[in-house]
Amino acid sequence: MEACYINGLGCISAQHTADNHQFLEQIVTYDKNIISAINPNYKEYIPPAAARRMAKGVKMGVVASSMALKEAKIDIPDAIISGTGMGCLQDSEKFVSAMVDNDEEYLTPTSFIQSTHNTVGAQIALGLQCKAYNFTYVHAAVSFESCLIDAQLKFNENEANQILVGGVDEQGAHTYGLHEKIEHIKNEKINTFDIKNATSSGAVFGEGASFFVLSNTKQENTYAKLTAVEIVSQLNPELLNSRIEEFLESNQLSVQDVDAIILGLNGDVDYDHYYAHLQNSIFSNTQQLYYKHLCGEYNTASSFGFCLGAHVIKHQHTPQAVVLNDVDSREYKNVLLYNQYRGLNHSLVLMQSC
Amino acid sequence: MSKRVAITGMGIISSIGTTVEENYAALIQGKSGISIISHIDTRHKNDIMVGEIGLSNDALEKQLNLPEINCYSRTAMLGVLAAKQAVKDAHITDITDCKTGLVSATSVGGMDMTEKYYYEYLKDDTHHRYIAGHHGGDATQKIAQQLGITDFVTTISTACSSSANAIMLGARLIKAGKLDRVVVGGADCLSKFTINGFKTLMILSDTYCMPFDKNRKGLNLGEAAAFLVLESDKIVKQKNKKVLAYVSGYGNANDAFHQTASSENGDGATLAMQKAFKVAQLLPEQIDYINAHGTATPNNDLSESRAIQRVFGKKIPDLSSTKAFTGHTLAAAAAIEAVYAVLALQHDKVFPNLNFKTAIEEIGIVPITSVKEKQIQHVLSNSFGFGGNCSTLIFSKN
Repeated sequence: MEACYINGLGCISAQHTADNHQFLEQIVTYDKNIISAINPNYKEYIPPAAARRMAKGVKMGVVASSMALKEAKIDIPDAIISGTGMGCLQDSEKFVSAMVDNDEEYLTPTSFIQSTHNTVGAQIALGLQCKAYNFTYVHAAVSFESCLIDAQLKFNENEANQILVGGVDEQGAHTYGLHEKIEHIKNEKINTFDIKNATSSGAVFGEGASFFVLSNTKQENTYAKLTAVEIVSQLNPELLNSRIEEFLESNQLSVQDVDAIILGLNGDVDYDHYYAHLQNSIFSNTQQLYYKHLCGEYNTASSFGFCLGAHVIKHQHTPQAVVLNDVDSREYKNVLLYNQYRGLNHSLVLMQSC
Repeated sequence: MSKRVAITGMGIISSIGTTVEENYAALIQGKSGISIISHIDTRHKNDIMVGEIGLSNDALEKQLNLPEINCYSRTAMLGVLAAKQAVKDAHITDITDCKTGLVSATSVGGMDMTEKYYYEYLKDDTHHRYIAGHHGGDATQKIAQQLGITDFVTTISTACSSSANAIMLGARLIKAGKLDRVVVGGADCLSKFTINGFKTLMILSDTYCMPFDKNRKGLNLGEAAAFLVLESDKIVKQKNKKVLAYVSGYGNANDAFHQTASSENGDGATLAMQKAFKVAQLLPEQIDYINAHGTATPNNDLSESRAIQRVFGKKIPDLSSTKAFTGHTLAAAAAIEAVYAVLALQHDKVFPNLNFKTAIEEIGIVPITSVKEKQIQHVLSNSFGFGGNCSTLIFSKN
């Protein structure tokens, strides 16, 4: 696969990430088990009449994608590829609640129409009048990484020069409540910076949208190069190290070449051992970073991690809030991202400076 | 990029049959699977007709040898059933003998269980095991586990074109050499959610749907799952595989017109077909049969007809929509119609467009209404979805 470049990005999250000039320098800390994305000034991006009809996920997606396109100085991309693990939860819940509450009577179509998983991608296309290729991936923790793989294929096929990719997930009160009941979401509040030492089941859940313009050409403002992506549905923890070594090897790298590893640990005591294992074995002498304590867990939270990687490489600087161990890197050439959710859908993403 | 993508196996479950053979027999006999609904207790059961699979959830669980306490949505069960058939049909004995992936598609996912236990979940934990199965990737994960596919597994959800896009991604992964083999398709079960959703849009027919007919009243919803096994030239040669057909062309474009309605002139559909021809390096006149999206809604059939006229001019190939057999099976539609396209190529037959009487005046397209035998080299299959998502696949004999 040919490498491609990250030429623009937009990130809406539980942190003040809407401004790309500063990334995670000022941190909002929470003492909660569910955190919400900070609303940007939607009016700057979406006409108020249209915004009123949009659920938060759609709005976040539209704004994050506008920011990314603007930064990359692209009007209309050659493809729009979105990922969302849970889809348009708020409209789905609205429609199901109304249907159950009113015994299938007095329903209106709006929330049904907007509950479709590809609503964000479709609304971006509609707003841009972009008739290009438009895919939406909905495969849990690898929804976003599937987009990256698709984009790489598109570049390889010579079918695109500029591709908009992104991940978005929104909170749904009912669904998140159910996930608390089954302890996928923690049942107690926890402070942002205690997440790395958490001893309870479940994660702190969040929401957000991160979109990127990937391009086959480097620009002056390019953040980083996306070199390789791999998704692995099921992986025995014992095979994790060798799998990572093989992945690096196929990119002519070894563990020692990794300047920073960005880990998707989320404070779930039942599954964070995947990360702990790496922290204590092959990457014990590597700088380790984490981010889900800042944005919360959601199926496309790894797109926030990707955003972090892009910033670290571009600015050759690591915000203090994401530092996990006391190993420091002098430079950031090769940054590796590893993520999984509840032991499934592992992903490896290699980002490089350029 | 001239590598070919072979189809070496297929599996299907729909309202017209639980195997490929049963589906073929029904298509040839003109036997529709549309009926009144029996498995879902909905207020609308006397107002609509659906393409429902006869097997109950209990029967499906038994067929799949699932434990009594399991967390399979109906979508997942239909998906596993069809995917297993496809792998068996491709004579795969060891699915790990080459780089194998799974790309599935769904729009409903585990909604059938979510709507059933929506408030019960809050009161007691009897059915809590289904909660985590709501999301779109859950059925795919279960199919992967049942088939033993552990690496590349993903799910696409672009409404009613979802499984066309799953097939497209699979073909591209093979061409790029990322995978040697990929199981592709989709599954969607009937749910109150979709029944009520389409009902509010006022596009459900109260009787048998009539694709491309002047007096069409809307669609019949259906449920189904279908999967194809795609393999690279290398694997076909190495293992001396029997090739059922090839995926020769594909294209996706966005109508960028409206969240649910298609543009008057079918811009997205036109672009999707044009892209598919480019990939297949074929000309419109080489298409022998169009398996249309043809949902029988006033909007789709008009818009799709216009797009077909734009692409094919006056020489429109034999055309039919098989949705009057199966109903519109949403994310599974393109996958079941891919199976029908392969059957058309294998048997040199065009399947009928049931219930058609009068052509749409301003269009004049008359679909094929009884089984037609002819040499078929290339079949074009359209699938369009909400969000302006338009996809075209081309299947070829050689």
